[in-house]
Amino acid sequence: MNREITIIKASTGWRAVNLKELAHYRDLLWFLTIRGIKAKYAQSILGVGWAVIQPLFSTLVFTIIFGSVARIDSNGVPYFLFSLVGLVPWTFFANTLTDSSNSLIANAAMINKVYFPRLVLPLSSIFSKGVDFIIGFVLLSIFLVAYQITPAWELVMLPWLILVLLFTSLGLGMILSAMAVQYRDVKHAMTFGVQLLMYAAPVVYPTTNVPEQYRWMYAINPMVGVIEGFRSIFLKTIDFPYEWLMMGTIISIILFIFGVFYFKRMERIFADVA
Amino acid sequence: MAEPVISVKGVSKKYRIGLADKKSDTMLTTILNGIKNPLANLNRIRNLSKLNDDDSSIFWALRDISFDVQEGEVLGIIGHNGAGKSTLLKILSQITEPSIGEVKIHGRVAALLEVGTGFHPELTGRENIYMNGTILGMTKKEINLKLDEIVDFSGVEKYLDTPVKFYSSGMRVRLGFAVAAHLEPEILIIDEVLSVGDAEFQKKCLGKMEDVAHAGRTVLFVSHNMNAVQTLCAKSILLYNGRNILYDDTDKVINTYLSKIGSRYTWQSKTLDMSSDKLRKLFVKEVKCSQHSIISIGDNFHIDVIVEALVPQDELVSINLFFKAHGETAFVACSKQTQLMNGSYIFKFLFPDNLFNNLNYQVDLMVVQMSTSIVFLKEVLLLDFIDDLELGWKGSFPGYIRPNVETIIEKV
Repeated sequence: MNREITIIKASTGWRAVNLKELAHYRDLLWFLTIRGIKAKYAQSILGVGWAVIQPLFSTLVFTIIFGSVARIDSNGVPYFLFSLVGLVPWTFFANTLTDSSNSLIANAAMINKVYFPRLVLPLSSIFSKGVDFIIGFVLLSIFLVAYQITPAWELVMLPWLILVLLFTSLGLGMILSAMAVQYRDVKHAMTFGVQLLMYAAPVVYPTTNVPEQYRWMYAINPMVGVIEGFRSIFLKTIDFPYEWLMMGTIISIILFIFGVFYFKRMERIFADVA
Repeated sequence: MAEPVISVKGVSKKYRIGLADKKSDTMLTTILNGIKNPLANLNRIRNLSKLNDDDSSIFWALRDISFDVQEGEVLGIIGHNGAGKSTLLKILSQITEPSIGEVKIHGRVAALLEVGTGFHPELTGRENIYMNGTILGMTKKEINLKLDEIVDFSGVEKYLDTPVKFYSSGMRVRLGFAVAAHLEPEILIIDEVLSVGDAEFQKKCLGKMEDVAHAGRTVLFVSHNMNAVQTLCAKSILLYNGRNILYDDTDKVINTYLSKIGSRYTWQSKTLDMSSDKLRKLFVKEVKCSQHSIISIGDNFHIDVIVEALVPQDELVSINLFFKAHGETAFVACSKQTQLMNGSYIFKFLFPDNLFNNLNYQVDLMVVQMSTSIVFLKEVLLLDFIDDLELGWKGSFPGYIRPNVETIIEKV
């Protein structure tokens, strides 16, 4: 018999991802991503406009409060641009965390009725946020043109930054979504946790405000290298932060690998406890 | 003999049934428990996935199941509620893992435990076809090829670009089944999907399944509808309390099943949770039939339902008894709507002779208030009727009821 053979039995310990199977379900990943985008903006007047409003209004509020009232240093560039450049990657990160951590619980009905690689759920919620990221990026470009700013040559490093951003989001997304199935506390913690996390990243203030001796510790957060990298490229606030970014790259890869294995380990109980 | 396409060896599955939480009756104790118990909660939640054998909260949904299915076989799986049918299907379709044992499957499996999985109300019918199809393991290319057929089968082509939230529930089911019907797996696993949709649609589904079966594909079919199992499956297995007690020709299996489940003439509420409406403080305490063993179809009898109201009921209460044979509802007996004060009440249902056929009837009970079902109990009674009337005809009569219709014969 020349057919694929499936063995179903109790699995133990850590398992690798079945990439062949994941590839077979790539169309599902695609449609789930589309579903995520369409469902989010269905029956709203502004639709995708919300992807513009969210970073824009946050930037405005931050500019007034942190820029004008608290007068936080912005490395010599207009605070508006300073925070907008920080907010575009941050909004993506924050939204993917909230969305992907909830992705398994929100689709519990599907998990209980059909077998498919569960990994497509957090993956698709991250990909569907990619649209918002691109829109935010376009918004940013418009303002850069308006301010007549040309990016530094390190623009070629942008894919590196985006990869670190993706790996961090994916890694944490997988860990949190798998945890959330069993511990619903994750959901409660995420709603305000993401807001608090923002202050652990250089979104409203520059990393240069952090005392020098603590900066290496601060850069353990992969978002530090990403956000400062964005600012270095588009606003030339500081030299391109290779060291922070290296640190962030290592951490994001560790998070990603741990995330994959943790997710696979927990996967077998999803249907029983979801 | 060829190698079986599905080989199940010694499969068991255990679940933890939730241990009763510490009860907290007041707001204050709820808050205090909330503060005291995070650690206890942590342990409890961790244990949801850790199963030790000696634990009293362990429930074996399946125990040592073994069977083989040959290629092209259409196998029925029957059993009472909670016998483990759904758990078995979930294991075969890889939704959950067995605790012990192993299943070996040759070929691509599609499991249909529900129609329209993954449907999103905001997406159009067309988008949902793709959504549902890819969840069931089809690729976009495969769906493209079959889109016209699927749309045709579902009969919703006019509304294909309308969001599914505007569909009637019947249309949704038709669309879901249309997608599923066009799967082309080597092995198809189907659970009770026939219990949805209108009669005409059910007929269409059954027809489709017969086609699949005749096309030489392997099918596992779970249903309460004995007629459907009998029509579709040559062989069946019978699950009883998580064990596979019989694997034989469908006729024999159905007979054993009917005689196994065939009798329960009284029912008492064991846990109040199951049989009560907490909000209205209304309990079903007991249900009993005046006959305590197999009933002759020529006898009359009554069924008493005892309910207790802990507080006077604001709304009128009525009790409905559903009589089901072969998984299909034969008729419903409804009590009058009654005002209940506190205390126990007996609802006495009087049944005439010569109403039932010689079948096994399952009785479900529903307590209705304000046109809403507030308590629903499945299989409270299982009544077994025999035909011991002295008539010429010794075979069985078709139909779910067999009323004695008076006939007047005159010469004209």
